Amino acid sequence: MALETRTNAPDPGAGGAAAGDPALERQIAGLDALELAAGARRGPLARLWSALWPMLTAVAIALAFWQAVVWSGWKDPWVLPGPADTLPIFWDQVTSGRFWEAVALTMRRALVGFSVAIVIGVLVGALVSRFLVLRRAFGSLITGLQTMPSIAWFPLAILLFQLSESAILFVVVLGASPSIANGLIAGVDYTPPILLRAGKVLGLRGLLLYRHLILPASLPSFVAGLKQGWAFAWRSLMAGELLVIIGDTTSLGVLLSQARELNNTADMISYMIVILIIGVVIDQLFGVADRALRTRWGMDVD
Amino acid sequence: MTQAATAALSRTPAPAAVRLSGVSKAFGSGDAALLALDDVSLEVAPGEFVCLLGASGCGKSTLLNLIADLDTPTAGTIDTGGARVALMFQEPALFPWLTVTANIELALKMRGVPRSERRERASALLASVHLSGFEKKRPHQLSGGMRQRVALARALALTVDETDGGQGTLLLMDEPFGALDAMTRDLLHDEIERIWRERGLTVLFVTHNVREAVRLGDRVVLLSSRPGTVVEQFPVDIARPRRIDAAPVAALAGEITDRLREEVGRHGA
Repeated sequence: MALETRTNAPDPGAGGAAAGDPALERQIAGLDALELAAGARRGPLARLWSALWPMLTAVAIALAFWQAVVWSGWKDPWVLPGPADTLPIFWDQVTSGRFWEAVALTMRRALVGFSVAIVIGVLVGALVSRFLVLRRAFGSLITGLQTMPSIAWFPLAILLFQLSESAILFVVVLGASPSIANGLIAGVDYTPPILLRAGKVLGLRGLLLYRHLILPASLPSFVAGLKQGWAFAWRSLMAGELLVIIGDTTSLGVLLSQARELNNTADMISYMIVILIIGVVIDQLFGVADRALRTRWGMDVD
Repeated sequence: MTQAATAALSRTPAPAAVRLSGVSKAFGSGDAALLALDDVSLEVAPGEFVCLLGASGCGKSTLLNLIADLDTPTAGTIDTGGARVALMFQEPALFPWLTVTANIELALKMRGVPRSERRERASALLASVHLSGFEKKRPHQLSGGMRQRVALARALALTVDETDGGQGTLLLMDEPFGALDAMTRDLLHDEIERIWRERGLTVLFVTHNVREAVRLGDRVVLLSSRPGTVVEQFPVDIARPRRIDAAPVAALAGEITDRLREEVGRHGA
């Protein structure tokens, strides 16, 4: 063992730790091996299951609660149908062409809006984090915009753009970009000072400092901002599709309001479930990206 | 500065690798100013291993920052004769988003080493700190001692030029082993001593551990606290390789500790 070898080392002055001393090399390798002993990891299936079963349980509890409300006789079944009546209709919807056409339009709007929000958020975030005077001027304004309910923008958006795609895009972008900008600003602000010192010793200045240190260091915070930005974009989009109905387009929002006009509750609940599922799935994707980043960088103890 | 010019400078008859003359550093201004360093004069010969020792508030880290040109002195001059300077901290301060080898390669890139040579030189540097085979790991996958060795390899990447055999390179170490356990620290003492000797580095090593200073240094420089200034210098005439638990090391460490306590006691009055 390393300890024993150490006590048997030659006396001071007898040669000792020279270049390529095999004893020292072996001791160092031994210590490294001892300290790197890693715990066993569970397989991917086991991890998937451990993430999945709490979710499935939660869904089951929600369905049971829904059924209990229906059984209590609080509302007539044609106003509030139970899961047994709704789920077959949900299945019919999911297998119809018109439904997927609506999902495609809604997702296209979401992606375009979110992409524009990323461009604007990054631009604003970069400028505000770089220049102190801009920070003083706009820093709190950006946070203020973040807390503003996006539906409050719609009257103005409709005045500016009428009932058009632009009106929806306008509100989605305004909803998402402050979070994205704030994520970037926070990331730049909280670059660890010790890394900044190391960067200075390396000679990183100006653009190189941003390229090799500040931007990578702010990535986790940026991803968190993207995730929050997506949540705001998705909410703004749903509000927009309910308020701004354009001609004969078919979106999730249009389907939802048509179902309400026809008093078709089962259809309505089906669309709501779809909206919920899309929101959850995309949020999970950001969560996966966030966790992958943290694991890769060793930011989690786990 | 070109490499030729650097080499020429280090060959001119300048006996010191670093020369500090009357260096003072104050933080803040007016009545609220805090004097961290007061009239520090110190010379370190090329290839010398000097340990700076002091209690809290002796401005050790401030002094290294000044020499590394991360900060400017309030008074006095610092002459490093165009040496390449690298600074190592108590924390490894590796970039967590880069692999071990990419951390080293970034330092080589900043030194101006062409891309085609970086990979090879990085693995040579990692081999010299006994980390071959860990190139593709990320810093968090290594132990504390291994990370600090990567940090050492990165510092060497910044300073050592294979063409001049380590001449004109200055390695500043700010309590680099302070956060490590005793066993790891002991092995790293052997490591840094070996690398210092092989490469002919000039090392300025800050520590608050008296035995560590005697174990490693050719000379121990004792600093006073608030403000920091040179109190006394102790040449270490103990043959290498030394062991931290050897009798002569303990004897000199005891003598220096007494002097250090005396110095600390002045602040208790």
